[in-house]
Amino acid sequence: MALYLLCLVLFSVGVYGILARRNMIKIIIGVIVVEYAVNLFFILVAYKKDGRSPIFSPDADIPVQSMVDPLPQALVLTAIVIGLATTALMVAIAMRIYEKYGTFDIAEIRELRG
Amino acid sequence: MLAIYILLIIMIIGAIIAIEVEDLLSSVVTVGAVGLGLSLVCLVLKAPDVAITQFVVEIIALIILMRATVSKDVHGSTIGRRLLGSMVVVGFIAVFLLVAMKSIEELPAFGEPTMRISGEYLASGMSKTGAANMVSAILLDFRAYDTLGEATVLFTAVIGVLAVVRRIGRKEKHGIPGREDE
Amino acid sequence: MSKEREKGMSLIVKTITRLTVGLILLYGVYIVLHGHVSPGGGFAGGVIIALSFVHLMLAFGKEVAFRKLAEPVVSFFESLGATLFLSIALLGFWGGSFLLNFLPKGESFKLFSAGIIPLCNVAICLKVGAGLFAAFVALVLLKLDVEKE
Repeated sequence: MALYLLCLVLFSVGVYGILARRNMIKIIIGVIVVEYAVNLFFILVAYKKDGRSPIFSPDADIPVQSMVDPLPQALVLTAIVIGLATTALMVAIAMRIYEKYGTFDIAEIRELRG
Repeated sequence: MLAIYILLIIMIIGAIIAIEVEDLLSSVVTVGAVGLGLSLVCLVLKAPDVAITQFVVEIIALIILMRATVSKDVHGSTIGRRLLGSMVVVGFIAVFLLVAMKSIEELPAFGEPTMRISGEYLASGMSKTGAANMVSAILLDFRAYDTLGEATVLFTAVIGVLAVVRRIGRKEKHGIPGREDE
Repeated sequence: MSKEREKGMSLIVKTITRLTVGLILLYGVYIVLHGHVSPGGGFAGGVIIALSFVHLMLAFGKEVAFRKLAEPVVSFFESLGATLFLSIALLGFWGGSFLLNFLPKGESFKLFSAGIIPLCNVAICLKVGAGLFAAFVALVLLKLDVEKE
């Protein structure tokens, strides 16, 4: 249970980075850390004690009972690649904002309207 | 088990450093360390597909982030953090963690997942699909709709990046009149 | 990146890149093709193939990389990957339902087994690799024109 709590602490560090920082790159880093924490939580739920990875092998006869859960691993595989696409889009928008306003600070951008 | 604890504590310390430090380039490099720790944890938890994918995706994300921060003047985070705002955020996070500690007890214990659907996938997977890698069989045969949706999301994101970056109305270069895009 | 003085990076980086770029591409192709027998699959292999082209561009400059893989070819490959995946899914209607696994499933652990899974892996690899390379090119190059002004 302490492992789940540590994973949620990582999640809250990322949320702090999104809410309480003013630099746009720090906000993007906060979103990235939140995505890592959620993927980690899925993989933690899927672990079986003294389990093996869910791949059959022609030499040894592995009983099905001793394999870890493969379903959350499939979901996380998709989520990782989608997280990369989200990061690329956020960085593109941040670079355009820097080109137009000359700064990464969101408080200054709010003052320079128009 | 001890390895997972140590790696998780390294990841938390790395995330705190990445968010607090002033220099932008250092924080980007530290995020790389957090991702590498996640890949190692996936390897310890017997998930090799996830570990490979996380490692290479981490490398591309680092390259893209460095492109955004290296060529700009690195003046770091600005001064004057509002103290009241930070305290309110910390208060909310404390309430969230307290509630989460109550609800974690409802989850199944670590190391004993309730494999209601996965039991059937594992038992009949190799005979129904003929594949030896169960994760690939789930991704591309039992749950192929999710892969179709993921391909669509990736396509949309790439179109979005190309649309954001494209210049709309180029500036005048040496007196040549600019060409207007849409 | 030393884009002002000469194209690409120093001589040491260029020599090492000549040796390793082909091996990285081959490793990516291996991970994609053996996706149903050993860990990996289409996503990881596609990202590795995109990384090999990114490596080439970072070390030698963009002209050499575009000689190997021009820009219209990249967008063609991405659309080809998406269309291939959809057509394999629609062909399942012939067997009875959308996304049905209709090809014969041979013996396990061989390369040509498991029905449509290797074909879907190849389609996903083309799509993910070409898409990520196009996004990287857009983010890196079109911004260089902005900063040179």
